[in-house]
This record gives sequence, C-alpha cells and structure tokens, in this order.
Amino acid sequence: MHVHFLDPYRHRLSPIHAFDPRLKLVLVLIFIFTNALLPVGAWPVYIVMFSLILAVEILSELGVTYVLKRSILALPFVLAALPLLVTVPGVVLLNFSIGAWDLSISQEGLQRFISITLKSWISLQAAILLASTTTFPNLLVAMRAIKIPRLLVSVFGLMWRYLFVLVDEALRLMRARTARSGQSELPGLKTGGGLAWRGRVTGGMAGSLFLRGFERSDRIYMAMVARGYDGEVRAFSMPKISPVDWLVLGVGLALLGLLLGVGLIFWG
Amino acid sequence: MHHSVEIEGLSFSYPDGHVALREVSLHIQPCEKVALVGPNGAGKSTLLLHLNGILTGQGKVKVAGLEVKPANLGRVRASVGLVFQSPDDQLFSPTVFEDVAFGPIYQGLPESEVRLRVEEALAAVHMLDYAGRVSHHLSVGEKKRIAIATVLSMKPEILVLDEPTAGLDPRARRSLIHLLDELPITMLASTHDMLLVSELFPRVVVMDEGRIVADGPTRKLLQDAALLEAHGLERPCVN
Amino acid sequence: MLLSPAVMHIPDGFLSVLVSVVFWALSILAIGYSLRRLGKEMDERQVPMMGVLAAAIFAGQMLNFAVAGGTSGHLLGATLATVLLGPWAAVLVMTCVVGIQALVFQDGGLLAMGANIFNMGVIGVFVAYTVYQTVQKLARGKSWGIFVGGFAAAWLSIVIAALAAALQLALSGTSPANIAVPAMAGIHAIIGIGEGLITLGALAFIAATRPDLVKKRETGTAQGKLVWIVGLVIALFLAIASPLASSHPDGLEWVAEQKGYLDAAQGSVYQIIPDYLFPGVKNESLATILAGIFGIILAFGVALGVAYSRRKRQMKA
Repeated sequence: MHVHFLDPYRHRLSPIHAFDPRLKLVLVLIFIFTNALLPVGAWPVYIVMFSLILAVEILSELGVTYVLKRSILALPFVLAALPLLVTVPGVVLLNFSIGAWDLSISQEGLQRFISITLKSWISLQAAILLASTTTFPNLLVAMRAIKIPRLLVSVFGLMWRYLFVLVDEALRLMRARTARSGQSELPGLKTGGGLAWRGRVTGGMAGSLFLRGFERSDRIYMAMVARGYDGEVRAFSMPKISPVDWLVLGVGLALLGLLLGVGLIFWG
Repeated sequence: MHHSVEIEGLSFSYPDGHVALREVSLHIQPCEKVALVGPNGAGKSTLLLHLNGILTGQGKVKVAGLEVKPANLGRVRASVGLVFQSPDDQLFSPTVFEDVAFGPIYQGLPESEVRLRVEEALAAVHMLDYAGRVSHHLSVGEKKRIAIATVLSMKPEILVLDEPTAGLDPRARRSLIHLLDELPITMLASTHDMLLVSELFPRVVVMDEGRIVADGPTRKLLQDAALLEAHGLERPCVN
Repeated sequence: MLLSPAVMHIPDGFLSVLVSVVFWALSILAIGYSLRRLGKEMDERQVPMMGVLAAAIFAGQMLNFAVAGGTSGHLLGATLATVLLGPWAAVLVMTCVVGIQALVFQDGGLLAMGANIFNMGVIGVFVAYTVYQTVQKLARGKSWGIFVGGFAAAWLSIVIAALAAALQLALSGTSPANIAVPAMAGIHAIIGIGEGLITLGALAFIAATRPDLVKKRETGTAQGKLVWIVGLVIALFLAIASPLASSHPDGLEWVAEQKGYLDAAQGSVYQIIPDYLFPGVKNESLATILAGIFGIILAFGVALGVAYSRRKRQMKA
C-alpha cells in the first residue's frame, strides 16, 4: 500500500510549473501578504485577486476543480469568524433570538465575515498552487534561497524522504488494529475495551512508530556516513534565473502593489 | 456453512484507477488449507484484505457464514484472523501478553477469559514463556509466531496469512511450517514460497493480473510447468 | 484540519497582519536560538534523527482512536518530542512538522505559520517541559513520574497552546475573546485527554522497550532551568490572560480601538485623494462590476491561450 495520494505535486508542462521555484515561493508569499493587508470590504480588489489566482490555476493546467476541491478542506475554520456577524456593531440587517439571547446581524459584521472568508480562500488557493506545481526538492531549493538555515532545510529533506514510509507504517498499524477489532458472539458484551485502554494502545502504536524511526535513523546515518557524509549539507546549485522569470516576478509584484494601493486608498 | 469462505464475482479498483481484482470467485471448505500464489501485483494481498472488510469491492464475500458488510464487520473480524506480512506493524503493545490480549479485550471478554485465551494462543504457537517479553526485541521468526498468536486469541474460524515465511531463516521457517501444520483451522495463505505450498497446502489457487487463472490440487498444478512459467512461478525443487 | 482535528492550524486570513508578523518574529527567534543551542552539542547524527522523527510525528498525527459518537482522539506530538529529544530539538522537529503541513498540505496558512509554529512548537514544547520536569522531581525518579508527567504535560501543553491560539484570534479581531477563549479551552481540555492518553501509551511502550531513550534530561543545568522558567511563565501568562480577556473584552477592544484610531488616522489622509482625482470610481458597485468583467475576460483569455498552446503541442507530438 502506498500513500502517494499525500503528495500534492501534479506534473504538468505548464509555465507555472516551469517558473523558477525560488521566485514562485517569494511571489506566493507576497501574494498572501498583500491579500492579508487588503482592507475589509474591498470587493472589487478581492475579485481581481481571485481572478488572478484563477488565471494562474488555468495556466497551470491543474484543472480548476482540482484546486477548488483541495481548498474546501480549510472550510471548517470559517466557524471561528462566525461570531463576527453578531458582535460587530453597525447597521442591523437581521434580528433573531436563540434561547435567551437576542442577537442581530449587522452589515459591518457580515462584511467582516465575508471579507475574512474570501481572503482566506484566495490565499489558500495560492498555497495550493505552490505545492501542486513545485516538486518538493525544488521547494527545498527555494527555502535555501530565502535564507532558511541549511540545517533546517536538510532536516526537512530527510523528513520528506521518510514521510511516506512512516505514514505507510502508521496506516498499516491501524489496519492491523482494525483486523483485531472484532465483536464476540457472546451476547451482552461491550466492545471497545474502554476509552483509556484504546488511547493507551494507540499510544503504543505511536511509540512503536517513534522507536522504529529512531532505529531507522541510525541505519540512515550509517548509510550516509558510508557515502562520505560529514555533517555538511551540500547540493547542486540551481540554474540561473532566466530574465523572463525575473520579468514575471517584477510584473507580479507591481500588480500586487497596485492592487494593494488601490485597496488601501479607497477602502482603507 | 461455517468455517468457510465464499467469494463470488469480486471486483475491486483502487482510488487511483488501478484495477486490482477482476471477477474473482473462490470457495474454501471448512478446514481446507489453500495456498494463494502469483506474481507481485497479481492482487493476492488485495483479495485477502476483502476477507475482513478492510477493503470493499463489488461482488459477494461471505466468511464463516457471514456476509462481509458494515453491519457485520465486528463479527467478521472476530471470525477471520488476518496475519499481515510485517510483524512489526502488528505488534504495537509493550509486552507480548498485551499484544495477544488485544483481540479478547476489545471484544469485552472478562479478565479471566482474556488470560485463558492468551495462554491458549501462546501455547498453540509454542511461545508460552514469552508472555512478559517485549515484542520489539524478538527475532523475526518469534515475532511472526506472536503475530499469529495475536490473532488466534480471538478464536477465529479462518486463518488468513500474507507471506508467512517471508524473511525467515531456515530454522524459523521449519518451525513455522510445523506450527501451521498443527493448527486445525481453515487456512488461506498468500505466498511466494513454493516449497511451503507443496508441503502444507493440498490446494493451490494461482492469481495473475487480478484474476484466478488456476485452482486445483497442488500436486497436479505444480507439475504443470507451462502454467507456472506463464504466471511467473517457479517449480519447487522437490527431491 | 486535514490530518488532525485539533483546531490549532490557523489558516491564512484569520490573523491580522500585525499578529502574524509578531509571531513570525517570535518563532524565528525561538528557532534561531534552538539551532544555536543544538549546534553546540550536536553531532551529525541529529540530522537524520530529527528528520525521521519529524516524519514519525507527522505520521503519528494520523493515528486515531474512537472516542465517542464518531469523534476520535489524535496526537499532536509536541510533548512526546520534548520528552524524547529535549526542548531544543523538539522545537525544530515541531517546526518541520508544522512547516510541511502548511507548505505542502495547506494545513495552516503560510503567513499564519509563525503563530502556528509558536503555539505548537514553542508553547507546546516549553510548557510540556516544565510540567514534565516538575512531575519527575515530585516522583523523585520513580517510574510513575514518566507516565503521570507525560500525561499531565501533554494535556496542559495542548490547553495552553489552544489558549494562545484563541488570544491570537481575538487580538486579530476575528473571534470575540469571550467566545474564542472558553471555546478553545473547552474543546482542547477534552482533546488534551486524547493527547495525554496517547503520549502516556507511547512513553509506556518506549520505556518498556528502550528505557534509555526516556532518560532524564538536563534538569540541573542552567539551560534546563531557563526552559523550565520560560515554560512556566508562558503557561501562567496565558492561564491568567485568557480568562481576563474573555470576561473583559473591553480590554481587547481598547487595543482594537487604538488600532482603529490608527487606521482612521491613516484613512483620513487618503480620503482626500479619491474625491480629488477619481470621482467616477467612487461608485463602488460600478467598480465591483468592472472588476468582475475584468476577471472574466482574464480567465477566458488565459483558458483560450492554454487550450491553443496545448493543441499546438499535440500537433507537434
């Protein structure tokens, strides 16, 4: 059983995939930052931002439905902002009562709520695009480029290498547990063994995972040493960034700056 | 009716589109010992996972007289003991005793009954004095036997094994074969070990590309060189 | 939310820019300090070990057990990492876990990652350390200290980290403190039990199998004391600040108001310009419609372009 479904990268021959990963990471981060700086209620700007990310999605040939489906995952968090509807003071749109509380939804509250939801959704799509159009090794290169310490990047790299192996093991552990989770033919027995017991058994599974990880890391270290590892992390240097990519970055930044300016001026 | 396996027209595809089983039909009689052989990717493990409802495909699967469907999964899992290939993934408790006790405890059996079951299961695999040991430190052969015990403690009607002799040294393998020989239980084992097949399993089922391509007496099928070669199997060197 | 039910991976958009930036700064400081501390005592073995254990924690977060009515308990792993690796390596390992979850699986935002790392990787680790060491001292080396300590540390670190997340949301003006704080605290007081049980079980397994790995850590050293104090301070601060914030939202509103004054002050400067320069676009609905039309044209244009280039590629092939 293999957990490739966990790897978000989808190979395509699109310009987004080909765009230099270092610049891509920077652009996505600035996009999300710009998004966050946009004031509440700047609907036209939100729409333009959304169109931009939609256009990139189309360009990436990932399929808009693919990105949108993945973006549904963060939806539940919207609940955290729900109270805004009734706590922000302003023009009342709707009065209702729950039990002993009389609540009213205000226009300002609705605006705040929708702004947060929309902006979050747009940022999320940008992040999905980054992960789906950039191979993990390239992401590591991009991380080095934005000056994340070498040590941390190499730990990331090793983590990625063993992520699927260990997730596989975790899934097999759960499968083995399921296979032994039966129901006796004797009547009147309570299945499940008790909450605390179940928790501890799961802990044993986690412990087993960790322990095997520990011991595996010893073997990995030995294999690395056998290949001349001395603690230093070296990698091939990335090819130079093409002028076209620089241009795209420049245009992107200018566009984001313009949108931010417009947003702040008219709705700030 | 009981202690048996009935599979009719089972088909299954993985989410990524890979068709693993195509209209597989298989009947195993009570107390029969059947070997499942075939090249890697034939669908053997996938088939085994349908027997206790971990995977669900299209078609009918009945084990121990129970239809494998959501309502019956509890009883199904108590009736089918599935032993996986890697013992490390099945021994997740600090001690051997706790691992073997998992099944009975989960079923809600009283403590005295749990102890009895553990003793019986460990005795059946000849590992009674290992109860207090830490599973992690045991050899592969010992772990495999404990893994079988973890399933025997549920007193299943059918024992299903995935690659039972994989990774075992000759001595451990020999003792495992003895063990399986002694168990008076309906058995289905997926294996590459053709010698094991010829020694222990009177009936063999050959799978390839998701289909059953042969099903019959071991002695006869293992003489059919053309069949074996066509499906990536080697004749065991029996003197 | 994808891989663990704890509501602690905050997505982008829910924290204000100020809160995000502040916590990014704090996290970077913590990570930098942890790197320096580790760098001193480290040998090369640490890299594969931290990498694999980070993967193990990630995988461990997928393990679950049935709690009640369809819900399940999960592991976050900060406490386990702290007990097994010590606080500095644990900070790095949790950073990697949170980082990959956000970057690759969009479980938590990129801008919000600073806050998420701080909550789960710094607060989670330090509070766990403090509680664990305290219980160990009380147990005077007896084995129950490991298990009770592990459970208590896991539980408390989850609750305190949740309080931090609630306060971050409140300070950002996303959730009102008097709902966010009790809600987060309440939910995680329960989720924390799951964490506690799993941590307990894991420590029991490891203690039985490789007791050397659960060895006592740098307690007497100045280092250990520093971590202990920081953990205590964080826990106390959040434990006191949260109920205050939730019962006196005015306090937070005062903060928000100051920010509001700030915004208004800025805004007033810019208000002059629109009236002066772009009278036409003052009509917001028109601007919205124009933006929509622009978006549609852009999307269609790109789609056409892509389809065209694809066909060209196919004809070439």
